[in-house]
Amino acid sequence: MITPDLFLQVANPQGDPSLVVFVIGTVVKMVAIFTIYMVGVAYTTFAERRVSAWIQDRHGPNRVGPQGILQVAADGIKNIMKEETYPNFASKAIFILAPGLVFVPAMITWAVIPFGSPLPTPWGRIDLVVADLPVGFLFTLAISSIGVYGIVLAGWSSNNKYALLGGLRASAQMVSYEIAMGMSTVCVLLLAGNVSLNQVVAQQSQMGWNAFLLTVAAFVFLISAFAETNRVPFDLPEAESELIAGYHTEYSAMKFSMFPIAEYANMITASALMATLFFGGWDIPFTQWDNAGPWTVLKSVLTFGAFASKVLFFIFFYIWIRWTLPRFRYDQLMSLGWKLLLPMTLIYVVIVATAVLALDMAGVTRGPLFGGALFAINVVLMGVILFILDRGRLISPAHSRLDASGVDQLRSVSRDRIKLARKGT
Amino acid sequence: MTIKVKVMERPIEDVSYVRATVKGLGLTFKHLIDPHKVTVQYPDERWDISPRWRGTHRMLTTEDGKAKCVACGLCPTVCPANCIKLVPGEDEEGNRYPLVFEIDEFRCIFCGYCQEVCPEEAIHMGRHYENSEYTRDAFVYDLKRLTEQQHPVCEMWDPEDEKGA
Repeated sequence: MITPDLFLQVANPQGDPSLVVFVIGTVVKMVAIFTIYMVGVAYTTFAERRVSAWIQDRHGPNRVGPQGILQVAADGIKNIMKEETYPNFASKAIFILAPGLVFVPAMITWAVIPFGSPLPTPWGRIDLVVADLPVGFLFTLAISSIGVYGIVLAGWSSNNKYALLGGLRASAQMVSYEIAMGMSTVCVLLLAGNVSLNQVVAQQSQMGWNAFLLTVAAFVFLISAFAETNRVPFDLPEAESELIAGYHTEYSAMKFSMFPIAEYANMITASALMATLFFGGWDIPFTQWDNAGPWTVLKSVLTFGAFASKVLFFIFFYIWIRWTLPRFRYDQLMSLGWKLLLPMTLIYVVIVATAVLALDMAGVTRGPLFGGALFAINVVLMGVILFILDRGRLISPAHSRLDASGVDQLRSVSRDRIKLARKGT
Repeated sequence: MTIKVKVMERPIEDVSYVRATVKGLGLTFKHLIDPHKVTVQYPDERWDISPRWRGTHRMLTTEDGKAKCVACGLCPTVCPANCIKLVPGEDEEGNRYPLVFEIDEFRCIFCGYCQEVCPEEAIHMGRHYENSEYTRDAFVYDLKRLTEQQHPVCEMWDPEDEKGA
């Protein structure tokens, strides 16, 4: 006789659950996360269209359902009903595989992001994270770079030069900014002393948010996250003016739709990472009662609300930036990544490591004072970046001039040419 | 011969990216919370069109429902686009009436000369703009179609416009 009691043994709500409860809980969490995530992605596309409309003094889609909220469903139906086309000479298997490959990594990352304080149930304590990996942080770094495979394969298999160029740009961009991104998160690890994302959240609730302790790293991470998700101003892989939508030129119907879906999925994931690593994760600001046990359902709900509002803010920020900034030139993108962000983060890692070591040796405990000292350092560094580095040096402007030696070189070349022309050669 | 390119010193201290971005974000946010929407929500709201608006034609009728047209032939004569086809007829009492009166709305250039020239004030330009049809043939309006139209007609000049244009 199999009864639920057999599986769901009553346990201490604050204690670890039994294996069966753990498995059931994980499955429930997976389904819940997947549902919330997919609905979130759908409504992010809607939010993008509405917010862009408001920014541009338009109305946006407001016809399907009240205020247009059913537009998402209409778009989905339209995309599924449309004809799928396959270009001649396309590598069909890869062509079909690529849209999935773009989308899946964005979703896998969610497995390790903690989205609330542990939930006590009659059968034991359930952590509000699908998989509390001890290497959670490294996992996100590894998975987030896989997303580019889908884009590159889509570009390659389309048998279209613009698509291929888009794919190449995507991979070059991903490689360049992955490094700066990794370096900026090294600082987080220096403070947390652990690569579990739950530990990162716990560290921030003690010392203050990393956005204040590691402002420069947060800044670099934000820029890199934009580049990683191929969002404006870094959306060169799909630059419509040069590449005719880049890697997804040849795609149609739902397969095309998978690319925007993946883009928004990546955007939500990057927002969640940003919130977790630098903005306290599910920590409710200015309070301490939510950070420690005994866990209650109210705490779980409130902390989830805090986490969701942080993620929503960053999604809004992504949209906001997109409708404010124009796209970079390709050389600007590359020089920003390699010549500025990478050295900047390397120097910053050294500064942070030195500061942490000095504070530890001075006997300062990890707490508000420790955070305050780091914050003071960051205020100075951000001042340097904003008022000294940001003088026409962060991004080389569109009309930047040659320096004197370059002008001389060009003149000598033209002089030689004219001499040769006169000799009649 | 040297290339005479004037090399300007860049005003580096005025150039920034991050601060300019923040400024731009401020501007877009201002529009986000205080949009100056000018879009007319078309099926729900409509423009008030001018009394001088010249849309597709309408033939006015007498009290007994017949077209006012006496088939004088002035409108096909004056029509610069040659879009009016008129075949005149005459009844037992000697009254002329149009046997065929067709206007090809695709050829029409909506100049309004037909309305101006009409001695009987029969043919009028319409004050409306929703003209969709399912076939091209349907855009050749015959007399029945022209008399059945119900929309207001063009006034050719705006009484409130002092220039009288």
